[in-house]
Amino acid sequence: MKLLYFAWVRERIGLAEEDVTPPATVATVADLVAWLAPRSPGHAAAFTDPARLRAAVDQAFVPLETPIAGVREVAIFPPVTGG
Amino acid sequence: MIRVIVSRDAIDIADEFTQLEQGGAVATFTGLVRADDGVATLELEHYPGATEAALTRLAEEARARWSLTAATIVHRVGPMAPGERIVFVGTCSAHRAAALEACAFLIDRLKTDAPFWKRETVDGASRWVEARATDDHAAARWS
Repeated sequence: MKLLYFAWVRERIGLAEEDVTPPATVATVADLVAWLAPRSPGHAAAFTDPARLRAAVDQAFVPLETPIAGVREVAIFPPVTGG
Repeated sequence: MIRVIVSRDAIDIADEFTQLEQGGAVATFTGLVRADDGVATLELEHYPGATEAALTRLAEEARARWSLTAATIVHRVGPMAPGERIVFVGTCSAHRAAALEACAFLIDRLKTDAPFWKRETVDGASRWVEARATDDHAAARWS
């Protein structure tokens, strides 16, 4: 599964993207965030408050409770601020 | 016509406006970078691919809902200075009410539905701009 990070999530982690293979117990985007947090101090800093995170699955905005089985791409980022 | 552009280039309003003239009424909105609180530069990050798809979905929704003959969304990315155009939205329909409403819909929903992030530099220090609840409320009135 390809992960993409944007804005301060990307900066704290120090990566724009990475490939991961989470175990089957990681069922939702929220599970994925909790599973990723211990990977590095940067991941921990980015994912310390999931309420401040938003996500897209295969390029469509979704709630963090969304299942991730079979998806190709998950993006994790702060609330958007365009326009 | 649906026209969606995400680019680092300056927005040419005259060209965009001419392309929109495909019916009785054209409405447009242009957003400029504000110099609030001493902002010196604004940098826009986005999610390539997903951004264009989100903007196209919005334009198609507006076209169907208000019977538009044309809808244009142009959004800058990369670094910008105060006074520069950051976003242009334009609609064309047979009559003014549809064009005006669709234009307001597009800019309201763009703020919550498209993956852009603003970073501003003030006095040499840069910070990510926080999302505002008022933008969520403005977008929600169209659902």
